[in-house]
Amino acid sequence: MTLYARRRIRNAIALALSGAAMVFGVAWLAAILWALLANGVSALSIAMFTQMTPPPGSAGGLLNAIYGSAVMTVIATLIGAPVGVFAGTYLAEYGEGSRLVPVIRFVNDILLSAPSIIVGLFVYEIMVVQVGHFSAWAGATALALIVIPVVVRTTEDMLRLVPNSLREATAALGTPRWKIVTHVLYRAALQGMVTGAMLAVARISGETAPLLFTALNNQFWSTDLDAPMANLPVVIFQFALSPYEDWQKLAWSGALLITFVILILNVVARALASRSKKLV
Amino acid sequence: MIHIDVNIAGWARRHNFLDALFRAGTAGFAIVVLLLLGAVLLALVRGAWPALAQFGAGFLVTEAWNPVKDRFGALAPIYGTLTTAAIAMLVGVPISFGIAVFLTETCPPWLKRPLGIAIELLAGIPSIIYGIWGLFIFAPFLQSTLQPFLIATHGELPWIGELFAGPPFGIGVLTAGLVLAIMVLPFITSIMRDVFETVPPMLRESAYGVGATTWEVVWNVVLPYTRAGVVGGVMLGLGRALGETMAVTFVIGNAHRISASVLAPGTTISATLANEFTEAIGELYISSLFALGLILFAITFIVLALARLMLARLKRQAGS
Repeated sequence: MTLYARRRIRNAIALALSGAAMVFGVAWLAAILWALLANGVSALSIAMFTQMTPPPGSAGGLLNAIYGSAVMTVIATLIGAPVGVFAGTYLAEYGEGSRLVPVIRFVNDILLSAPSIIVGLFVYEIMVVQVGHFSAWAGATALALIVIPVVVRTTEDMLRLVPNSLREATAALGTPRWKIVTHVLYRAALQGMVTGAMLAVARISGETAPLLFTALNNQFWSTDLDAPMANLPVVIFQFALSPYEDWQKLAWSGALLITFVILILNVVARALASRSKKLV
Repeated sequence: MIHIDVNIAGWARRHNFLDALFRAGTAGFAIVVLLLLGAVLLALVRGAWPALAQFGAGFLVTEAWNPVKDRFGALAPIYGTLTTAAIAMLVGVPISFGIAVFLTETCPPWLKRPLGIAIELLAGIPSIIYGIWGLFIFAPFLQSTLQPFLIATHGELPWIGELFAGPPFGIGVLTAGLVLAIMVLPFITSIMRDVFETVPPMLRESAYGVGATTWEVVWNVVLPYTRAGVVGGVMLGLGRALGETMAVTFVIGNAHRISASVLAPGTTISATLANEFTEAIGELYISSLFALGLILFAITFIVLALARLMLARLKRQAGS
């Protein structure tokens, strides 16, 4: 066999393998979505959205869990997003020549991929232990701590994409710096920042580990933020690992619900991002 | 007569003040981010203190985990964490590399976007979904296919046989590692794809110009150029795999022991925390769990820090 033929064969094999890897990767997505549909749709019903989580053996739904997840996600975003936006603004706008800013950026990147269960432990130590009981506030705080680094990152990236000429043009009109940032740069970067917030919401709405030791769970309807609160991920966790078939069914339909909400958030966020500019 | 009263000095004073306020305010929030990491470390050390004082360094190398007798050691969860992550890397890295090569080199342009989005959606699926899927679909599938195959073909071999000893449980260390491999795939892939695209077209084209095949361009030009970034991406994936909680908790079997066989059930640090924390009674028990958390934090911090340093190095190289 000539050298040329050997090289061509090696090339063909390598490229075929890489194509196979691609098929392999997409196949998992298909397999997981298919399993969710096959197992989740059968248990999907109106009752899921109107009734509370049942004791084993009787009919019920996921209303308290859906409500709890929604409430904690909203509170977490309301706390985490502003903190993230301002911190990200500092990194992007006042970072030039600072020695502290690269350190903050580095720490933020670590927080971005730190295990979420550690966040749960942290909030348990600073809130649950101090107050003496689990609460929705603690759950929302844990989720907020996960939102912050995501929003810091996207805010900084999006502000950096705004062309400098815009800053200079505005400054030439005599606009003070704070007005340049809040009235011009935020508007220019708005779409990207909204995308970042949506990705953060998508991320926390499926997080389970940080809620285990903070919000815990609640079998009943509760709107008290100072008490344990039901939430979808922990309900799925407990019901799926239970020996009761009707609980497992509810877990599947909860999983289907949560996955589709998250996938839709992801797709919309990416569509928004590609409409404005290239995202991170 | 139009009279315009402009108080320039007052205007400037007001806005200088607001400027300083805005700057200080945003700086304050940025410092909150910085302090957060320190606060997490402090809280973990505080929570872990009783266990650290009681067991000392021996905590790291003790396998026993006995809540009844208040004897705790971290060896089994540390071992499980490292093995599952190793399996995930062994399987996940080559596949991620293949996908990244496909997306940057051979993929027709119209397919690039949809396939890229599909991989990113894989990253968006929450870990609890991987868990429930792993437990009810993937583990039974492995139990009836891959695991009997491994036992039949490798179980009798010397040395290697130890790895595949015992009955096919379905759940276990291997299953957890494979689920982790699927989970880290999108993270590693997207970083590899991004760093591959930083290679200057000139370099690529010169290689093609002297007659290199696509594979030779990837292996001899693209990969050496992006080495730091690729390693960074792999480390980032490793950081994920080490700290992943819910998916592993579902499929690893939660047994506090070290078995040579990857088919046997085991446990990881995060799975132990998820399973036992809310049910732990007694100061020493809870504190031991905090100590586990502290170990996990330390391991992932080192891995993630190295990952970021690698990626930053590539960025500097691309910038210069």
